[in-house]
Amino acid sequence: MADETIIRVCMGPAGIAAGGKQVLEAFRTTLAAAGTSATLKENCSTHQVGCVGLCARDVLVEIHRAGTKIVYQYIKPDMVPRIVDEHLVEGIPVAEWLVDSAYDAFYKKQVKIVLSDVGRIDPEDIQAYVAVEGYEAAREVLLSWSPEEVIEEIKMSQLRGRGGAGFPTGLKWELGRKASGTTKYIVCNADEGDPGAFMDRAVVEGNPHSVIEGMIIGAYALSAHEGYVYIRAEYPLAVERLKRALTQARERGFLGKNIFGTEFSLDIKIKLGAGAFVCGEETALIASIEGQRGTPRAKPPFPVNRGLWQKPTVINNVETLANIPYIIRRGCQWYASYGTERSRGTKVFALTGKIKNPGLIEIPMGITLREIIEDIGGGIENNKPLKAIQTGGPSGGCIPADKLDMNVDYESLAKVGSIVGSGGMIVLDQDDCMVNMAQYFIRFTQAESCGKCVPCRVGTKRLLETLERITKGHGRKGDIERLEKLSAGIKSTSLCGLGQTAPNPILSSIRYFREEFETHIINKKCPSKVCKNLLTYSINKEQCKACGACLRACPAAAIAGAKKVPHTIDQSKCIKCGSCFEVCKFNSVERD
Amino acid sequence: MNNSFEKIVHNYRKEGGNVITLLQETQEVFGYIPREAIDYFSEHLGIAPSRFFGVATFYAQFRMTPIGKNKIITCCGTACYVRGAERIISSVKRELKLSDTEDTTQDREFTVEKVACLGFCSFAPVVLINDDVRGKTSADVIIKEIKSLRNK
Repeated sequence: MADETIIRVCMGPAGIAAGGKQVLEAFRTTLAAAGTSATLKENCSTHQVGCVGLCARDVLVEIHRAGTKIVYQYIKPDMVPRIVDEHLVEGIPVAEWLVDSAYDAFYKKQVKIVLSDVGRIDPEDIQAYVAVEGYEAAREVLLSWSPEEVIEEIKMSQLRGRGGAGFPTGLKWELGRKASGTTKYIVCNADEGDPGAFMDRAVVEGNPHSVIEGMIIGAYALSAHEGYVYIRAEYPLAVERLKRALTQARERGFLGKNIFGTEFSLDIKIKLGAGAFVCGEETALIASIEGQRGTPRAKPPFPVNRGLWQKPTVINNVETLANIPYIIRRGCQWYASYGTERSRGTKVFALTGKIKNPGLIEIPMGITLREIIEDIGGGIENNKPLKAIQTGGPSGGCIPADKLDMNVDYESLAKVGSIVGSGGMIVLDQDDCMVNMAQYFIRFTQAESCGKCVPCRVGTKRLLETLERITKGHGRKGDIERLEKLSAGIKSTSLCGLGQTAPNPILSSIRYFREEFETHIINKKCPSKVCKNLLTYSINKEQCKACGACLRACPAAAIAGAKKVPHTIDQSKCIKCGSCFEVCKFNSVERD
Repeated sequence: MNNSFEKIVHNYRKEGGNVITLLQETQEVFGYIPREAIDYFSEHLGIAPSRFFGVATFYAQFRMTPIGKNKIITCCGTACYVRGAERIISSVKRELKLSDTEDTTQDREFTVEKVACLGFCSFAPVVLINDDVRGKTSADVIIKEIKSLRNK
C-alpha cells in the first residue's frame, strides 16, 4: 500500500508565467497513464496552489508523502515523467532538481500569517480553506462575540492598515460602528495600483476566502450588510478566483441571509476598477464604485461618516482584511507579539528588481533591510554593488545602500524619507540611474493625476519637464533647488494623497544622490549610463573585428564598414538605442 | 451593432445604472468604445454624451479607437522598467513602424499598449502577447514572435 502523496504545483503569478499550468497537466496525464500502478493513482492527489513565494525558482513543485516535504525547482512539463517514475514509483527523489540552500534561507526569517495558507491550499476549492480552519473565526465571532468585542480585539492586536497609510484598523472600525445611520458598507480595496507590487494579487489569487472571511468579520463589527471588492481589471485571474470564492461562500451559507443561523446577513459584490491609480484614494475609489470619474474630494467628512452613496463606509486593504481571521483565531496577543512597539505584526513585500531571489515575502515588522536583501533575497544579482532600495512605489522613496542596517517598520521608513506603502520593494544596483528613476515615478504620477487640483495637475507636470530637461542634457544651475521648492509646494497644497506624496521619489533621490543630479546638470553625463541623450556610442578601431554584427543590428543604418574594415558610427544618424553595444561580442563598442 | 447596444442598455437598467460597468461591457463586445455606442446610450438613457466621454477618457482601460487583431501589451511597472521595458517598447514600435502617438498599425494587425503593472514583477520584463505571458523576455524575442504572427 503506497503512502498518501500530495503534489502541489505553484500557480501564483510567477508560477503561471513559468508554465505552472502545463506542469500540473503533465502530472495529471502522467499519473493517469496506463503504466502507473493502481495504488499510486488512488493515493496521489495533485493540487494547484497560490504563490509559494520564491518566484525566482518557479515552477516550484512540492511533494508531500509520509510526513515529509520535498521541493523541486525550475520544473518544466518534460521533467515530470522522470519525477513520477523515480520519486513516486521508486521512492528515490531526483536529486539534481531539488531546491538548494537558497530555498531554506529564503524562508528562514519569514513569518507567515497572511500568507500562511497561500501556497498551501487550492484557492479554487472552499473545502481546502475550511480544512485549515477557514471560516471558523467568522463562525465564532458571529455566534458568540459582540461587535464591540471584535473591535476591541483588533484594536489590541494593533493591526494597522496595510494599504500604505498605516491607519489603525480597530480604530477605523470603531469610527465606522459609531457613525450614525442604518445602512453601512464595507469595501475591500484590491485596486493594487503601485507599479512593481503584487502582494494583493498574490493574496486574492492564493487565498480569496481569507479576504472574504475578513470582510464578514469586519461587516459584523460595523453592522454593514453590503460589501464591495474593488479590484483591478488587469488581474483577470484574481477576479475569476474571487468570483468563484464568493459563489462557493454563498452556497455554503457563509454569505447571504442569516449567516451561521444568526440574524446577521451580508452579501459581497465585485466592482472592476478601470485602471486609475488615484482610485486607491478612498474618496476617489468611492466615486469609481458609483460609476463616476475617480476624482477625490476634500476630507472631512471622512468615508467612515459619509462614503459610498453618502453612507458610512469602511475601506480596508486586501492584506489588512486577510489578517483578520488569523488574528481572531489565534488572539490579539499572539499577533502583537510580532513586530515593533508601534508597528505590530507582519508585512508582505514584493521583493523584485536586481535581486538574486525575487519573490513574495512576509516578514515580522522591524527586521533589517540587510536581512531582507542578503538573507532572504540572497544578495544582489550578478554580485554587483547595491545602490538603493525603492519602497512605497510612486509615493515612497529610495533608501541608499549605506542604510542597510535600518529596521523596516512604519516609523523607521518615514524617518529616512520613504514609506512602507503597500509593499513594493525594488532593489536597484549601480546600473540604475537615480535621476532616471525619479523621472520614471513622476511621469507615472503626472499621468495618473486626476487633474482636479492645480498643485498636483500643474505641479507634477512642471516637475516632469524639469527632470526631462536634466536627463536630456539641458539641465540648468538651480534646477535642484527649483525641484525642491516646487515639491514642497505640491506636498503641502495638493488635495489628496496622490499629490501630497508624488514628490517623495524626487526628494529622497536628491537627498541621498545629489551628486548624481549635479553630474547630469553640470557635466551633462549619466554615471550609470542610462539617460540615453547623455551617452555617445563609438567603436574602438583597434578592437573591432569587423564582424558586421553591429552593422546588421543598427536600426538607423548609422554604422558604416565592410568585411575587414573596422566599423564606424555616424553620430548624426545614431539614435542611441544601444543595439550595437548589446550585440558586440568583442566589447568594441564603447559607451560614454 | 444596435442589438448589442440594446442588451448593454438593458443590463445597465437592471444593475441600477453604472456608467463604468456599461462602458466595460461595451469594450468587451467591440474591443473599444465606438462613437455610435455613446450616441445610442445617450439617446436611450437621456444622459449627455459628455458624461460617457468623461468617464471613458478618465480611465486607462478604455480606448476610443478600434483595436488590432494581435495585442501586444508591455508591462511598465518599476521592476520591468529597470529591466528594460522601454527598450522593448521602442523596438516593437520601430518594428511595426508606429510613431510615438500611434498604437495600432494601419492594417489593424497589431496594437501595442502599455500597462502600469501586471503583477508578474519577479518575471520582469513581462510582455503579454494576445493575453499569453512572456516573462524574462527581451526585444529580440518579442520581435521574432511579431514576425511569426505576421506570417500567419
